[in-house]
Amino acid sequence: MRFALRRLGFFLFTLWAALTLNFLLPRLMPGNPALAMLSKFHGQVNPGTIKALDILFGINTNQGLWSQYVIYLHHVFTGNFGTSLDFYPASVSSVIGGAIWWTVGLVGITTILAFALGTGLGMLAAWRRGSRLDSVMPPVFVITSAIPYFWVGMVLVLIFGITLHWLPTQGGFNVATDTPGLNPAFIGDVFSHAVLPAAALLITTIGTWILTMRNTMISTLAEDYVRMARAKGLPGRRIMVNYAARNAILPNLTGFAMSLGFVVGGAILIEYVFNYPGVGYMLLQAVQGEDFPLMQALFLLITLAVLVAILLADIATALLDPRTRSAG
Amino acid sequence: MSMPISGVTTTTGQPGPELSAGPAAGPARAGTQGLTRIGRAVRHNRKATVGAVLLGIFILVAIFPGVIAKDSPSGDNYAPRLGVSTAHLLGTTAYGQDMWAQLIWGTRNVLIIALVVGLATTAIAVLIGVAAAYLGGAADGSLSVLTDVLLVIPLFPLLIIIAGYAHGGGTLVLILVITLTSWSYTARQLRAQALSLRKRDFLEAARVRGERQLYIIVVEVIPTMTSLIVASFLTNALYAVLFASSLQFIGLGDPNTQSWGTMLYWAQNNAALQTGQPLWAIAPGACIALLGAAFALLNYAFDEIGNPALRPVRRTRVKRAG
Repeated sequence: MRFALRRLGFFLFTLWAALTLNFLLPRLMPGNPALAMLSKFHGQVNPGTIKALDILFGINTNQGLWSQYVIYLHHVFTGNFGTSLDFYPASVSSVIGGAIWWTVGLVGITTILAFALGTGLGMLAAWRRGSRLDSVMPPVFVITSAIPYFWVGMVLVLIFGITLHWLPTQGGFNVATDTPGLNPAFIGDVFSHAVLPAAALLITTIGTWILTMRNTMISTLAEDYVRMARAKGLPGRRIMVNYAARNAILPNLTGFAMSLGFVVGGAILIEYVFNYPGVGYMLLQAVQGEDFPLMQALFLLITLAVLVAILLADIATALLDPRTRSAG
Repeated sequence: MSMPISGVTTTTGQPGPELSAGPAAGPARAGTQGLTRIGRAVRHNRKATVGAVLLGIFILVAIFPGVIAKDSPSGDNYAPRLGVSTAHLLGTTAYGQDMWAQLIWGTRNVLIIALVVGLATTAIAVLIGVAAAYLGGAADGSLSVLTDVLLVIPLFPLLIIIAGYAHGGGTLVLILVITLTSWSYTARQLRAQALSLRKRDFLEAARVRGERQLYIIVVEVIPTMTSLIVASFLTNALYAVLFASSLQFIGLGDPNTQSWGTMLYWAQNNAALQTGQPLWAIAPGACIALLGAAFALLNYAFDEIGNPALRPVRRTRVKRAG
């Protein structure tokens, strides 16, 4: 219980740090970026927007930094992130609400797939130590984990989209012909649009799961209880799954819980390459269009997702592995 | 300054029984000995050899780009969109620049970022990690919280946001921003290892001799962690390559820099894939991947050196036979 409370304390502290960072960054930059942007519009912005910018970025310097901070925190906790400048007059929250499900669907499902496949392959590689599978996989996946994933996306676009014309390469669905909704044409189209970006993510992320699982399981295979199981004459598959893998999966499980948090902000460049209508693509649009309210809210959302996932991962680890409870 | 009584040499990154196995040698020598051992290990591990050779080639290219590519990387002297030929090994861009020259001259920018960020983040991490472990108490508490907070804040979105506020930036801004945000993982690892060293006899001996804390940290503690520090440098350099190239790719670097990321940016802006100029995007990406692979292979080899259980089974058999 004390462990959980301490983790909760760290969670709240980090959340506060992220909020404060978000508040201070634009103010610390040489030349207030929002002020520069406002002068670009030459006063053609409506008073509501100015007020929102004022709260988020402190354009009016007649307010002290401290009272700006208090107002900012109040607005964040009441979910008021102001108005988007790119998608004016839509509110930031509604703009994000439209994008987040694309990201959660694409990256979320890919993360689960990569975890399941990678853990399985890593288990097999460790079990068949020295086999061809085991000697080929580590160097291959060390290399794939170093490849920029947006570049893998570009190569896939070139091969399967432009050269072979097998799959669509842009957007989340066919804007011209589809009516979004629960009809088979739309769902099929969404699926075919997701194949290439998902493949690019899978290729570059699966290596970590494989290597972590393999390297942990190599040490559990040397444990006495595995030797005991062998001595008892248990079938190999049972030793592999129930004895060795079961004890080796903990680092991967923790990593999985954490990577669920990175779903929201983890595939920004893939969404960029494929013009996928998710949160990451929106963040880049916001940065390029200098839509600072949207930028701030997206960064908070991405950070919050990671923090919640880490908190859950900590608690899950404590529940699954009693050793961490006293050590933590 | 009195001669230290005992020291530790190790090539492993793991805190563990190996640490006490080293012969009694001066700690200053321990550092160089560690490096010699690392050099030998690189020659004996195939992954490390491949990584080192790749990195060596890139460093040579970065130092002497003019020898390999005769054309100027920025001059738009040729017809746009020329195909592959002996005059233009990779063809020309939509602006009539020689792509081969851009690729070769772009090596320098990436390598400078990788080396500077790698060194700077590792230095900060050593400073903070070791200081936290060695000082303990409130200093450790606050430094650790700082490290942990930075560790969990998603880095790439943060980099995008900062670069966005800064309206993009030249190489110096990229180096500064990446360095300031990405030292935390290494600091945490180094703190853990320094903590495991704290109670060792040779440090106790130094304390009894009345050495100053700074002396103990610099001369006694840090040399024993040489291999972990080298491994951290490799990881940080790899991330610097990926982060910097990604930021340049989405246009948050200076678009006039000669670098692979900037090449990708212009290729994407001109829809190079769709207009029959795939090499414009594929070539710089492949170079980023190769450089990244060089760092990753070296790093993985270090893991194998540090943890013998992970080494390929076959290799040891061959070695025994030979």
